[in-house]
Amino acid sequence: MKLPDKRCDMAAAVARIKDGATVMVGGFGVPGTPMALIHALVDHGARDLTLIKNDANEPGMGLDHLLQSGQVTRLITTHLGLNSHAIDLMNSGRIKVEFNAQGMLAERIRAGGAGIGAVLSDIGIGTELAEGKQVVEVDGKPHLVETALRADFALIHADRADTFGNLAYVATARNFNPLMAMAAPHVIVEAETVTPLGALDADAVHTSGVFVDHVTELGALSKEYAVVQR
Amino acid sequence: MIARASREIASGMVVNLGIGLPTKVIDHLPADFPVCLHTENGLTGIGPTLPPDQADRNLIDAGGAYVSTVPGSAFFDSATSFAMVRSGRLDLTMLGAFEVSSQGDLANWKIPGKFSPGVGGGIELAQKARRVVVLTTHTDRAGNPKLKDECTLPLTARGCVSRIFTEMAVIDVTPKGYALVEMAEGVSLAEVREATGAPLIVPDSNLPVF
Repeated sequence: MKLPDKRCDMAAAVARIKDGATVMVGGFGVPGTPMALIHALVDHGARDLTLIKNDANEPGMGLDHLLQSGQVTRLITTHLGLNSHAIDLMNSGRIKVEFNAQGMLAERIRAGGAGIGAVLSDIGIGTELAEGKQVVEVDGKPHLVETALRADFALIHADRADTFGNLAYVATARNFNPLMAMAAPHVIVEAETVTPLGALDADAVHTSGVFVDHVTELGALSKEYAVVQR
Repeated sequence: MIARASREIASGMVVNLGIGLPTKVIDHLPADFPVCLHTENGLTGIGPTLPPDQADRNLIDAGGAYVSTVPGSAFFDSATSFAMVRSGRLDLTMLGAFEVSSQGDLANWKIPGKFSPGVGGGIELAQKARRVVVLTTHTDRAGNPKLKDECTLPLTARGCVSRIFTEMAVIDVTPKGYALVEMAEGVSLAEVREATGAPLIVPDSNLPVF
């Protein structure tokens, strides 16, 4: 038996994303943000997108390219503090932004990837993040119903992948990537290195290739992946 | 003030230092001090901050600063990181503040119409760390007290703050309100009272100075 080969041309993989799609994008700051896939999505041009990402990177970097190209209608996120451009778009009403507590965004995505409808939590009770959420009592204490999040596509950055789509991440570039890689029916991965089957130690795999649909190798990294000079 | 706040960190603790002033606290601890620093984006065992020419492009803290590891560091995903927070594995977090109430309510994420970048991990840290202390200037830029009877800004969490460190004083949040614990050198009691927007319980004995 041989595990299937999921290597794919990046543009062809991203071309499946239709107008109006919901797309999860890995990364926390630069580490783990799939910069090349984001550029491919800008080139492809799908519009009216709902994006789910921890942050919007910084002006002129990463997710901001999709905001600048006007392809985004809605952003589900936790913090835009490093991207004044995203905050301007939000304040002027050109994009709708839904803020989540960071760990609850992670947990909603995890639930989506685990086939669970919602999670219960007391995080944010008594704050404006609780507004509009269903409350249920567990052991006599109120909990918010945090609905599971899934997307049509997930764009993932991995350090290493094999041809089946088993993935390994590095350092703080892991963040939301393994959670998002489980929470969409179409998972597209850019990896810094794509290895033959068997080259990734089975114990070192963070995401099973079962969750992954398309794998593409990055080759030489663009400057966007480099240390940010502030 | 930051040096004083660093004495809040006890040997063996797991600690999360919020963005801004709190991240500077660690500079006041000896290099071999036994403590485990946590950051929301998936690292326990944070090492020293690195300049750009020595930085690892994949290794940042939640504020975006390039950091390093120490022997024994571990990486994990964002769900695991907040599992640690929500389940009470953080002994201490040090956070910034826009306002604190005399009941320990904290507002530090939003000023409607002026500043609304999103809450990040702030709610979970404030609500679930075993001890929450605040590092802040005693007043805002306009000179208005940040320590009030009630917060007017959107809350991060209710009743979470135990202690407040400012450039003027160390103040505890008690069931009876703010209690003065220490004062900075050269600051008078009248000045602290003037800069505080709620009644202050002052002990009869001499106050320690920091």
